[in-house]
Amino acid sequence: MDRRNFLKQSIFASGVTLVPSFLKGMELLTPDQLSGYRNVIIIQLSGGNDGLNTIIPISNDIYHSLRPTIAKKTDQTLKITNDLAFNNNLKAIKELYDQGEVSIINNVGYPNPNRSHFRSADIWQTASNTNEYLATGWIGRYLDANCQNPYEAIEVDSSLSLSLKGNIKNGIAVSDPNQLYRTTREPFFNSIVNQTNEEMLDENNQGYLYKTMLETYSSASYIQETSKIYETNTVYPKSAFAKNLKTIADFIISGLKTRIYYSSLGGFDSHVNQLNSQDRLLGIYAEGVGALVKDLKKNDRFKDTLILTFTEFGRRVKQNGSRGTDHGSANNIIAIGGSLKKAGVYNELPNLSDLDQNGDLKYSIDFRSVYATILSNWLKVNDKTVLNKSFEKLQFI
Amino acid sequence: MTKSLSDKQIQHLYWRAGFGITSKELASIRTFSKEKIIDQLFYESKQSTPLSMDLSMLEKNQKELTQEEKKQFRKVRNQKLYDLNILWIEQLINTKQVLREKIVLFFHNHFAVRLKNPRACLHLNNVVREHALGNFGDMLMEVSKSPAMLIFLNNRQNRKNSPNENFAREVMELFTLGRDNGYTEKDIKEAARAFTGWNFDKTGAFVFKKNQHDDGSKTVLGKTGNFRGEDIIKILLEEKQTARYITEKVYTHFVNDTPDTKHIEKLTDIFYTSNYSLEQLFKTLFSSDWFYKASNIGVKIKSPIELITGISRQFYVTYENPKVLLYLQRKLNQTLFYPPNVAGWPGGTYWIDNSTLMLRLKLASVTLNKGVIEWTDKGDMPEDTLMKMEFNKKMKSQIEKKVKATPDWQQFITLLEQKDKNALIEFLIQPQLSNGATTVIAQLGETNTKDLTIELLSLPEYQLC
Repeated sequence: MDRRNFLKQSIFASGVTLVPSFLKGMELLTPDQLSGYRNVIIIQLSGGNDGLNTIIPISNDIYHSLRPTIAKKTDQTLKITNDLAFNNNLKAIKELYDQGEVSIINNVGYPNPNRSHFRSADIWQTASNTNEYLATGWIGRYLDANCQNPYEAIEVDSSLSLSLKGNIKNGIAVSDPNQLYRTTREPFFNSIVNQTNEEMLDENNQGYLYKTMLETYSSASYIQETSKIYETNTVYPKSAFAKNLKTIADFIISGLKTRIYYSSLGGFDSHVNQLNSQDRLLGIYAEGVGALVKDLKKNDRFKDTLILTFTEFGRRVKQNGSRGTDHGSANNIIAIGGSLKKAGVYNELPNLSDLDQNGDLKYSIDFRSVYATILSNWLKVNDKTVLNKSFEKLQFI
Repeated sequence: MTKSLSDKQIQHLYWRAGFGITSKELASIRTFSKEKIIDQLFYESKQSTPLSMDLSMLEKNQKELTQEEKKQFRKVRNQKLYDLNILWIEQLINTKQVLREKIVLFFHNHFAVRLKNPRACLHLNNVVREHALGNFGDMLMEVSKSPAMLIFLNNRQNRKNSPNENFAREVMELFTLGRDNGYTEKDIKEAARAFTGWNFDKTGAFVFKKNQHDDGSKTVLGKTGNFRGEDIIKILLEEKQTARYITEKVYTHFVNDTPDTKHIEKLTDIFYTSNYSLEQLFKTLFSSDWFYKASNIGVKIKSPIELITGISRQFYVTYENPKVLLYLQRKLNQTLFYPPNVAGWPGGTYWIDNSTLMLRLKLASVTLNKGVIEWTDKGDMPEDTLMKMEFNKKMKSQIEKKVKATPDWQQFITLLEQKDKNALIEFLIQPQLSNGATTVIAQLGETNTKDLTIELLSLPEYQLC
């Protein structure tokens, strides 16, 4: 059956009639609309990935002298330029790089960096200043300002990150569309949803609970019904991370009306014998992303996709006493996409001879400039209403 | 003349000042005057039960440990943090001092600290408990000097000629005046100088390191002198804005998410003129007529801790593996001793997203009835849907398998005074039932008390108090 027919059938066969009629927005993208429907996948590497052993300043003497036992040797790397190289576990990323589909942005950070994992992750997720505590995430505020439905931003995980929490809207957390669907279809909840009417959705807390329940209910059926349309036959690695990326690919190719996807890979929080664990994790990352891109390409969706990878901070240049690195500040980030405006090494390499008082890299690009660029240049929305401030735009997309 | 309270109002008091009320408790105070009910609530919290656990194995100098010993040390330390969490939530579930514990929970969020140091966390928690119905000024001073706060907000790194402003900033922004309320960046810088030299010794006792202290003249909030940290705390307490900020936070936490300026101003006056007596503040609040108004009843979203504690108390639940309590806190986004940051949990609708809401709605059936909500809406459902649902019922989610909880149904049901539908609704649900929920519940025949209870607790309305 071709996709168009399948779409038609599944709409009529689905249980969408159960959803109260005033809940609009149950549309899905037709194949014609699908092409050109841009989306972003945000990948968070949790725990502070050491950027200097990810994308390596291989010719830099300071790098080798400050990291006598954990610096990567040339034969453990994949050459980018004479001065820069990928960790050799990033083979899949290197292949994309060679095709002009990767942009490496160096020295990304923010003023007065915080070196606590959870605080710095909060700062990245909320796009706040160092001494500002926001209860909403930048993707949540994107939803507030631009979207009708919670499923326009989806986190493929069992719980929702602060990133996707807005003032009036939240994104949807889903790791398994069928499981989410089943939970909402508990017979008792079914009955309640069927009895829910508009006057129950007041602006008070009770109304908010009913509204969230209803949105979860309709999003669950929307996501479950729509994502059935396509199931990939691309082979993904066995990791949980790759499984999440596969789910994202299913969603994108099925035509979910979702702009932002979010997923994370944890475990980067090491302080001792860093090499083994970091190399292993980078391998999981690269193989997962490699499969995802292959899948998207096969279905002609890669040109509309941007994949941004970040971590809450980089690591100190100098290694510590136990073959690891301590918490640092500025770091590189990787943007992958089929329609990059500027691929390659986007800006100057980190300056290892001009470190801050902790011995950490200084930032030259505010991470919120990256967000602003994605919001404005890629998703074509007003970045200032989301970030509460204007940030300089970059030119990678 | 003394006015008495309706059942609904007594339940309201107990949900806000505690973690709900059992039938037995309600029956024992129903005939009391309002004044006597409140007096008893305060009387029961007169005593304070500090948390206590043996942490002597952590009194080691980490620098002297070998690599392997350090690893072991971290393992024990993390284990003790979990134990501390369980210790407190079990105290919340079992305590008679509900008001005191509820106020500790409030200040746990006000002086929000997240550390991997169980000794410091335990100590801070007990400091707050000791002063929970005492004087806020004393609490603030002792909290500021506690190892937990000195570590968390980097005051040990705050030294003469190399200031660290973290504590000075947060003490104004979060603990006293509130953000942008009458202080400047200059005030923060000057106050930071006054806090230099604050530290603690190996036993955790506060020490003032004179040689690290900047003893020059400072000007803070218009006052000038050779201030030390204690002087800054006193200056902040002299500001009425501090009383106002704390009162407003208490009001939105204990009464209504939407502040009422008139009520807050009155409470502020009492709090300020009593020199920050927390007992006076809370007694005035819980005695006010407006506190019992219908517009304040059933309008707050229960925090995850209130929800878990409330169900556990009401149904005398025992957990085969208490670790489940930790698991539930995590899944519902509120883990004790683990606030998101120094600003604490924002509360209100922040608790609710699609995954937390579905778990919240399932929580009663999971803890009280092995995950089953007995319910079939046979009327308008096709046969195959019904079959699918029967099948789904048998498929246990991860959570249902994990939470091995045993409620004491017999005790709950025996103690219920009235078992008819309306009485049960009135007793278990604080807000007015929505018209949708009313319709659903009306469809029920004369079902058994247990099933009806589970259904009521699975309504969105039960999330409110």
